Amino acid sequence: MRSVTWKFGAIIVVILATLGWLAFTAVRDSKAYFVTVTQLAAMPPAEAHARSLRVSGDVVPGSIRKGAQETDFKISQGGRVLDVAYTGTDPLPDTFVDNAQAVAAGHLLADGSFRASGVQAKCASKYEPKGARASGAAPRASAGAM
Amino acid sequence: MQVFGSFALLLAFVLACYGLLAGGMGIALGRGRLQASAERASLMIFPAVLAAAICLLGLIFHNDFSVAYIAEHSNRALPFYFKFAVLWSGQEGSLLFWSTVLAAYTFIALLTSGRRHPHLRPLAAVILSGILTFFLFLNNFVAAPFASLPMGTPADGSGLNPLLQYSQMDIHPPILYLGYIGFSIPFAFALAALIKKAPGDRWIQVTRLWSMIAWAFLTVGIILGGYWAYKVLGWGGYWAWDPVENAAFLPWLTGTAFLHSVMMQEKRGMMKIWNVGLIFATFFLTIFGDFLTRSGIVSSVHAFAQSSIGNYFVVFLIIIAAVCLFVFIRNRGALKGENRLESTVSRESGFLFNNFVLLVTAFAILWGTLFPVLSEAIQGEKITVGREFFDRINIPLFLFLIFLTGVGPLLAWRRTSLGSLRRNFFWPALAGVATAAVLLALGVRAAYPLVSFGLCAFVIVTIAMEFFRGARVLSRRGRSFPAALVHLTSRNTRRYGGYIIHVGIILMAMGITGSAFNKDVEAPMPYQATMQVGPYQLISQSYTQDDNPNFSSEAEMIEVRENGKYVATMYPSRRFYKASNQAESMVAIRSRPLADLYLVYAGDDANTNQPILHAYWNPLMMWIWIGTLVVIFGTLVALLPNRTQEPARPRPLAEKSAEPVPPEVAVAN
Repeated sequence: MRSVTWKFGAIIVVILATLGWLAFTAVRDSKAYFVTVTQLAAMPPAEAHARSLRVSGDVVPGSIRKGAQETDFKISQGGRVLDVAYTGTDPLPDTFVDNAQAVAAGHLLADGSFRASGVQAKCASKYEPKGARASGAAPRASAGAM
Repeated sequence: MQVFGSFALLLAFVLACYGLLAGGMGIALGRGRLQASAERASLMIFPAVLAAAICLLGLIFHNDFSVAYIAEHSNRALPFYFKFAVLWSGQEGSLLFWSTVLAAYTFIALLTSGRRHPHLRPLAAVILSGILTFFLFLNNFVAAPFASLPMGTPADGSGLNPLLQYSQMDIHPPILYLGYIGFSIPFAFALAALIKKAPGDRWIQVTRLWSMIAWAFLTVGIILGGYWAYKVLGWGGYWAWDPVENAAFLPWLTGTAFLHSVMMQEKRGMMKIWNVGLIFATFFLTIFGDFLTRSGIVSSVHAFAQSSIGNYFVVFLIIIAAVCLFVFIRNRGALKGENRLESTVSRESGFLFNNFVLLVTAFAILWGTLFPVLSEAIQGEKITVGREFFDRINIPLFLFLIFLTGVGPLLAWRRTSLGSLRRNFFWPALAGVATAAVLLALGVRAAYPLVSFGLCAFVIVTIAMEFFRGARVLSRRGRSFPAALVHLTSRNTRRYGGYIIHVGIILMAMGITGSAFNKDVEAPMPYQATMQVGPYQLISQSYTQDDNPNFSSEAEMIEVRENGKYVATMYPSRRFYKASNQAESMVAIRSRPLADLYLVYAGDDANTNQPILHAYWNPLMMWIWIGTLVVIFGTLVALLPNRTQEPARPRPLAEKSAEPVPPEVAVAN
């Protein structure tokens, strides 16, 4: 083998190793388990309280209460309801309305309620929003770090 | 109209099938006339699809709500300039639009590459017909845009998504599509060249223009998407590593790698396999992006349709991959390189690292995007990775890329001596270190922004020196310095256009780095309440309401002061669209070179009924958009043909009627 090949190999290995390590720690720190409200209820309590979660369900009509510090709402799915307190800093998306499909990102508290640092929502209504994503530009609607 | 449109679509599909099958047979059996007729069929696909698209647009403008697609995506009160957007705002329409653009590209590419490259064109026509066959199949049999509503004609449509009712949305999708689809042309010619075992350089010459145009459109399309998100969505940002955003970014990364590595092939006859692989990958990723955004395989806030259309895309992707792999393995002998790498410090190695980093970035983003799918398949649990994952991996990679942007052009081909390194890099390195030092003294402590701004200064100085040195040599021969700059650029448009593009990218990098210093505050803002964000004091002055047929709205009037002095009044508001029953925040933005002030009316407090204001202070935002304009300008310069001779002197009157001499196209640097 020529020395140039070796040098290149070495540099590339160093870069890849650094990235591999970055990727490993980044996944470890930012991963979240994606579950529905029903799946959350079926999770072993130890896991449910320890993990970072993203819970999806429909916003219960009339349950949204916006306050200065936090916004409270309920999401339901498969007959189960979850109380959510959104304490993130970003404004809630415009699509976050009654009956919208919402995803709350955060942690399950000891009292069984959910503290969300981020909320995403898309309208479930007649507005079949199948449109824009075709163009890569559909309604984005999110708040907080997901 | 509906019948005519459907018929035109069906005709286009038949033409595409004929172009694919008859063309393929004609070439395989050596039947020249069969192949020529197939090629004419490929050309005629465009008029047929265009007729269908015009038909759909006509129906949209006539408010014909008996067509399901129009009833679902338009309404009477929609202003006419947004009715164009209806064409691409839904599944069926956007697929028709895709076919139209692809057919248009095919039409122009086949006509213009005609005389110069007679041996590649017929095969490229077959390949492009094949791609069109797939999309026209979808248009005809899977997502028909002219289908009627089963339960009769409603009085009004359900309206265009209000988030799409913006001028940026009128142009973002078409431009993004022009970028996505444009890569089909270099792909078709590359595949044709490989099948024919044509000398590796020829397809690159044919498609150089096309890959540059596609790249520029893709760049602008992506940025317009971010611009729209920033102006419209009201979360203060422009990029969130959402799967749909990533889908457009992946082919951009491989396309950028391709544009750089073809230079190695042109100059040194290296990397032939690599270049073919890159253009195949780029095309594959454009179709993959289309699949990702339409199949609903990964959940995105860009509300995906839950449809079975993804299955068709999977089949098509498998066909593309199989064809590419088969041809590649069979004919790889034609791709032997002429030279080998000679040194780790050379232009070649700069390109090599640039390609390597771009590809690793693409891979990391792809991996993060598909993480939920992969983890579910392997572990049985859906695990998502957030923005943090993408940021942490990509920031160091991007910084390394910026570094290479500065270093690459200064390295000599083959090998670079230590002396020339020192000579070339002294001032740029000094500028970089000085910039970082000044920022450190000003109180910036975060590591990444310091490195980023330092590298940006480094690159800007290297590029400035390139222009300066070249122009100085020319200006010694009696030109003024600015004239020398123009002359220098016109003699080698690709090289200097490329540098201008680099300047644009660096400006964008500065704007993106500015987000490290973002600040935001949210608080209730009743009458006369105040808040502080960045250097600004905000005072709530009043509250207004308005109503029109399309929407009703409420707005806050916010007075902005800086150091106690009045600077502006801003009106963040909320709209309620009647046809679609949706609310929407209208962001108020005050853009200045140093920072944007970005105000969102975030709704009303449930307990006190007071309006809540969310204020963002976003430093250097504007430079992202300015950088994009510079990139566009640089691309236009790079697309100009080189001027190899001195500009012609004014001719005597008698000669004026003579044919103008076409600018000579020379092989660029």
